[in-house]
Amino acid sequence: MGSSTLRNAVTIVGASLAGLRAAETLRRDGFEGTISLVGDEPRVPYDRPPLSKQLLSGEWEVDRISLSPPERFMSLDLDLRLGRRATGLDVSSHTLDVDGATEEYDGLLIATGARCRTLPGTDGLAGVYTLRTLDDSLAIREALRGGPRRVVVVGAGFIGAEVASTAVGYGVPVTMVEALPVPLGRVLGDTVGSVVAEVHVDNGVDLRCGVGVDEICGTDRVESVRLSNEAVVEADLVVVGIGAIPNTDWLEDSGLTVDDGVLCDKTCLAAPDVTAAGDVARWPNPRYGEVMRVEHWDNAVEQGAHAARRLMLTDEEAVPFTPVPWFWSDQYDRKVQLAGRPRPDDEVALVDGSFEERRFAVIYGREGLLTAVFGMNRPRQVMQFKGLLQRGASWSEALEFAGN
Amino acid sequence: MHIVVDYDLCESNAICMQIAPDVFEVRDDDFLYLLDETPGEDRRAAMDEAAQRCPKQAIRIED
Ligand SMILES: Cc1cc2nc3c(=O)[nH]c(=O)nc-3n(C[C@H](O)[C@H](O)[C@H](O)COP(=O)(O)OP(=O)(O)OC[C@H]3O[C@@H](n4cnc5c(N)ncnc54)[C@H](O)[C@@H]3O)c2cc1C
Ligand code: SF4
Repeated sequence: MGSSTLRNAVTIVGASLAGLRAAETLRRDGFEGTISLVGDEPRVPYDRPPLSKQLLSGEWEVDRISLSPPERFMSLDLDLRLGRRATGLDVSSHTLDVDGATEEYDGLLIATGARCRTLPGTDGLAGVYTLRTLDDSLAIREALRGGPRRVVVVGAGFIGAEVASTAVGYGVPVTMVEALPVPLGRVLGDTVGSVVAEVHVDNGVDLRCGVGVDEICGTDRVESVRLSNEAVVEADLVVVGIGAIPNTDWLEDSGLTVDDGVLCDKTCLAAPDVTAAGDVARWPNPRYGEVMRVEHWDNAVEQGAHAARRLMLTDEEAVPFTPVPWFWSDQYDRKVQLAGRPRPDDEVALVDGSFEERRFAVIYGREGLLTAVFGMNRPRQVMQFKGLLQRGASWSEALEFAGN
Repeated sequence: MHIVVDYDLCESNAICMQIAPDVFEVRDDDFLYLLDETPGEDRRAAMDEAAQRCPKQAIRIED
């Protein structure tokens, strides 16, 4: 734990998962100075995963997605500035602009996350959505409740997959369009990616792979989607899930290196007295010898804590951030989890269950090392192998463990 | 310190088990079992971490 004598105040920009967990960590470690939390969304920090799951399905209402119970949140004693946007930064003069007004910072933590990539030419067309915020989720939910004739989900990544699954729950016909020949093939490899794809088909989704979207058609409101193979799918609701872009626009001319995220050193430091965490941060993870940016819930929690503590440490005391990335996704009645960094051409071994049952765990390996574990309804096994990943276990060790 | 798990929220993803296997265990039936409902004060940091990293916010610490 860092000495809290190093500074008097910390400003956190981005009032969501990474920012809130950073503030909580500072208080838990005994920091008594001012913590200012600046966020452009006008509401107290809320959790995003339910936006494509329980909130979208209507199982939960808005009151269930808060990230911190009110008493705990109040006890953090924050200088809370919600509905306020950071508009500029200058690390050489230690100043930050909030809604255009310049202020000094002592320690600064950047946690501005990411926003959705959009399809060009869809601006202002009713019935076309992306999903990142509470308002997005409520709007899509409203549209689903209106009984659309067909939903087209563009992109079969994890968020697209969850939206498709929730839409199926409403009894709405779903077409999912994916540019890759196998959904998630670039992450999970074709064998495992195909199994994930089959789960959509099992659940009645019309899955079109290996085709792009040429045009979203309609004058004021979407009417159809024209695919790159000339097929036209009629749709009155389109949800686009084609990835996220880090929110770094406000950091132009800040003196920080911005390159698909805020570039940090291995301890999450981006400049003297400035750290970054969560979806917006890119850093060299020594465990992999690779510069990475991770858009996972657990990473925002861990890195938020790490970046907060980093602000309380000297350069000599600082330690690198070396997580094994982990995330989960809920689709239909399946829960999938991935830990580690697989590559599509890694060796794959089934260590539990079977693809047919849609209940299995597979491990990935490369150059004699265990690289990842993926599970469908196999959380316990995923966590056991995550433990091995954390220890840097060899492939043969992992296979031996699986045999027991 | 008293640990309470909301089993309606818990989805047995075993994050907590990885952090504190002496307190949380997900068994072969895929259910989470609390091995110790009243861990000692020396386990507070681990319990805080488990509560914070539980993606379902299913773990509550009551003093
Ligand atoms: C629909 C959905 C479902 C998901 N499901 C899962 C899942 O099942 N499993 C999983 O592991 N992960 C999931 N994720 C990913 C996870 O939610 C993110 O990794 C996490 O939210 C990242 O937290 P963050 O704090 O870094 O960024 P964000 O949550 O993006 O928060 C950044 C905040 O900063 C604010 N901000 C941006 N710019 C400024 C500025 N200039 N000034 C002030 N404030 C600013 C933003 O408005 C936002 O409130 C999901 C994400 C979404 C959108
Ligand atoms: S981390 Fe939370 S959801 Fe996961 S097993 Fe533990 S209590 Fe359940």
